[in-house]
Amino acid sequence: MPSTILGERIKRKEDPRLIQGRGHYVDDIKLEGMLHMAFARSIHAHARIKSVNVTHARSSPGVVDVITGEEIKGKLGLVPCAAGIEGLKIPDHPCLATEKVCYVGEPIAAIIATDRYLARDAADKIEVDYEPLPVVTDPEKALQADSTVIHPELGDNVAFVARLEGGDWRAVESDNTLKVIKQRLINQRLAPVSMETRGVVAHYSPGEEMLTVWSSTQIPHILKTQLALMLGIDEPHCRVIAPEVGGGFGSKLNLYGEEGVACYASRKLGRPVKWIESRRENLLATVHGRDQINNVEVYVQPDGKVVGLKCWIIADLGAYHQLLTPAIPTLTALMILGCYHIKNVFVETRGVFTNKMATDAYRGAGRPEATYIIERVMDMVARELNMDAADLRMKNFPSPEDFPLDLPTGVTYDTANYQKTLKRLLKMSGYARLRKEQEKLRKQGKYLGLGLSTYVEICAMGPSSRMPAGGWEFGSVKVEPTGKVTVLSGTSPHGQGEETTFAQIAADVLGISFDDVTVYHGDTFQVPMGIGTFGSRTTAVGGTAIYNAAMQIKKKMARIAAHKLNVKPGELIFSEGKIRTRDGAKSMGFAEVAAEAIFAKELPAGIEPGLTAHSFFEPSNYTFPFGAHLAVVEVDAETGEIKLRNYYAVDDCGRVINPMLVDGQIHGGLAQGIGQALWESHVYDENGQLVTGTLMDYAVPKAHQFPWFETETMETKTPINPLGAKGVGEAGTIGSTPAIVNAVVDALSPLGVRHLDMPLQPEKVWRVLKQRATA
Amino acid sequence: MKIRAKINGHLREDEVEPRLLLVHYLRDVAGLTGTHIGCETSLCGACTVLLNGEAVKSCTLFAVQADGSEITTIEALGSHDKLHPLQEGFWEEHGLQCGFCTPGMILAAYQLLCRNPHPSREEIRKGLEGNLCRCTGYQHIVKAVEYAAQKIGSPEA
Repeated sequence: MPSTILGERIKRKEDPRLIQGRGHYVDDIKLEGMLHMAFARSIHAHARIKSVNVTHARSSPGVVDVITGEEIKGKLGLVPCAAGIEGLKIPDHPCLATEKVCYVGEPIAAIIATDRYLARDAADKIEVDYEPLPVVTDPEKALQADSTVIHPELGDNVAFVARLEGGDWRAVESDNTLKVIKQRLINQRLAPVSMETRGVVAHYSPGEEMLTVWSSTQIPHILKTQLALMLGIDEPHCRVIAPEVGGGFGSKLNLYGEEGVACYASRKLGRPVKWIESRRENLLATVHGRDQINNVEVYVQPDGKVVGLKCWIIADLGAYHQLLTPAIPTLTALMILGCYHIKNVFVETRGVFTNKMATDAYRGAGRPEATYIIERVMDMVARELNMDAADLRMKNFPSPEDFPLDLPTGVTYDTANYQKTLKRLLKMSGYARLRKEQEKLRKQGKYLGLGLSTYVEICAMGPSSRMPAGGWEFGSVKVEPTGKVTVLSGTSPHGQGEETTFAQIAADVLGISFDDVTVYHGDTFQVPMGIGTFGSRTTAVGGTAIYNAAMQIKKKMARIAAHKLNVKPGELIFSEGKIRTRDGAKSMGFAEVAAEAIFAKELPAGIEPGLTAHSFFEPSNYTFPFGAHLAVVEVDAETGEIKLRNYYAVDDCGRVINPMLVDGQIHGGLAQGIGQALWESHVYDENGQLVTGTLMDYAVPKAHQFPWFETETMETKTPINPLGAKGVGEAGTIGSTPAIVNAVVDALSPLGVRHLDMPLQPEKVWRVLKQRATA
Repeated sequence: MKIRAKINGHLREDEVEPRLLLVHYLRDVAGLTGTHIGCETSLCGACTVLLNGEAVKSCTLFAVQADGSEITTIEALGSHDKLHPLQEGFWEEHGLQCGFCTPGMILAAYQLLCRNPHPSREEIRKGLEGNLCRCTGYQHIVKAVEYAAQKIGSPEA
């Protein structure tokens, strides 16, 4: 029986160039005659622009051109929003501001110069005469009747209201035996902070009328279409290349005004134009994550069965919509019931405009918020009913036989075994022993906290009927005349390692060496169509497309070899570079059969020459990975400092193709989820000025802040794709945030603490403890 | 102003503006783009290179301050045929994902191991606190450095 390399811990193909510093990110691209672009940005959160004086900038050394919003009117399209929500209000979002600015950092003018230092010098010489307007930063105040309206043409500051309802609320609300627990939760604004900031090199070649764009993006094909539309260029004359991309986490799943302006400038000047975002700009003007206020009510039976959940969500969207801004909070409603078969649900989501940068997708994109709500609620219910947090969860889990499970939120979960992951977690972490330790330490006035989180998440985006620009993915496999294999993917990985995973899949199907497969992605000239990398879809959707294409190749090669060997195709296996009968008596080399197909001297009837195949895989549903996490914290009651002592995670992402890469995704996800709980917060003051403007203020976690993560995986395969793979890119982030908060609240519960909002900075904890001590 | 420096063993002489940052000199003048820029406030460590054998953040030095120095960037740490044990370790242990922080991380780890050839996991984490990574959660980076320490310390190294 031929062995499989699926499930093997294989070193990455990406690494040799990256560990030698020989990869090419967008700032490494240099073209003849290239110019450098810088932006002058708004220093006010809300203001009318009375005038923009570019005279001194224009005459600044090295400056070739200065472009303002007035110039691009009618020539460069608006920044697009692809969210499809009923009644959604979409304000016009120009690439460069004209009449007014609505957030600090909004681009006003673009300066193009011969080097980046001179471009920045000149940007400082742009003079803007502002008429400041009242600033709206509190989304709840923005909803009040007397609030300043940011986009008066839209009437008020409400971008949308979405309602999701299921079950029989009359019955629930009239049931006096139920206990009602209410809580207000804040899911704070975050900054994605990929280590590489954004950047673009736009190269319009006047002779060929060809626009080539290198962009640090997660969605090259979608970007190509949108840029073509914005510039009025035919798509065949537009090429987008995602080079090496230094992280995205959702923040590069977007189209930004700066990309449009760079293309416009290059076309106007007939020279390549490069823009590389500074970190200050990245914190100001790359999309932010999260930012919701959640008011939740949960209805529970005395025995612990949760029968109903209501939630009012206020989503602070910022001033304008980026590509998916309003869609993100609607994902929270979909997953708000978590791992529990709660029969009655009501969620009302309000998207609100404020004078801030837009929020949009950031690792988890709406689902961390949902898991935070339900997992905090479950801990509160447990505490209220004096039940153990694990027991309460077990009581509310559906059983594996209930799947596929239809929930009143309208989603159907594919497969699960929540009991298995939780049981394994409790055993692996020594939960019972930890509870005893906690009791012992409490008697000594020391506060140990245990925080559980059992999560399920929705990913492998997704069925095209529910996605704005298609949810399929493209994959192709080509066997070269020499027998080497070229794989193309419409996905756009930026650290996740699919050059390796996809090679494993193709090599496994075709029975050839992993080393003989090369995977490419990111260039719209090379890969005919694609959607991109986001929503933990690259392997589940993109990998399946490659699997399907490889299977087509396998079928064709089997027919050709069978013809030559005079056997039936079904008698042949593909193993170790050979295509042979099971007993090995008749055999051909893989490259030999490829040559037969391509040189076509004697093909069987009905078979075309050549050896390429492609597939567009359309998933019938999302997939639903799940897991159980436990955080163990020690809280110092005198200083409020929190020590994260241990972190345990059992994650089930379906089929594991490369366990090393899966571990890497989980670790990285945990770091960001824990970061939100303990340290990170993107803060604006009441004037709309960004307070956390540099990495000195925005606390991206460092190496010494984490314990050793103890992680295990389980594999409950999904039937949605032939690989059985669900996706794992965001699961770690989704599961970890509530585990940490649950742990800290658990630690402080003897002192009467019921809830604390994130981030759980020592000062915040200290103040709460001090209040209680003096009360 | 003139700067004369030996970069990865090669002597260069260039005329540069006084305000040109060392990292831009290396990337744009010397053409060595392996060293990356992740911030402007000397926080992230992506720009770490070796200056006269010591790890420095090249975004926080002017090029002219490196006049007369020897500089080593990631490109010269090892080669395709003979990787440095740290590069090997990062490959073996999946110590990188997007790779953007990696050159700086490897050179910071290089200095760590020069000063402390057998660091504990805690010491590795503390020693790398000047280098941010957003992808890995740091655990595989720690394993990568452990691997390198073991390899460098072993008799066949």
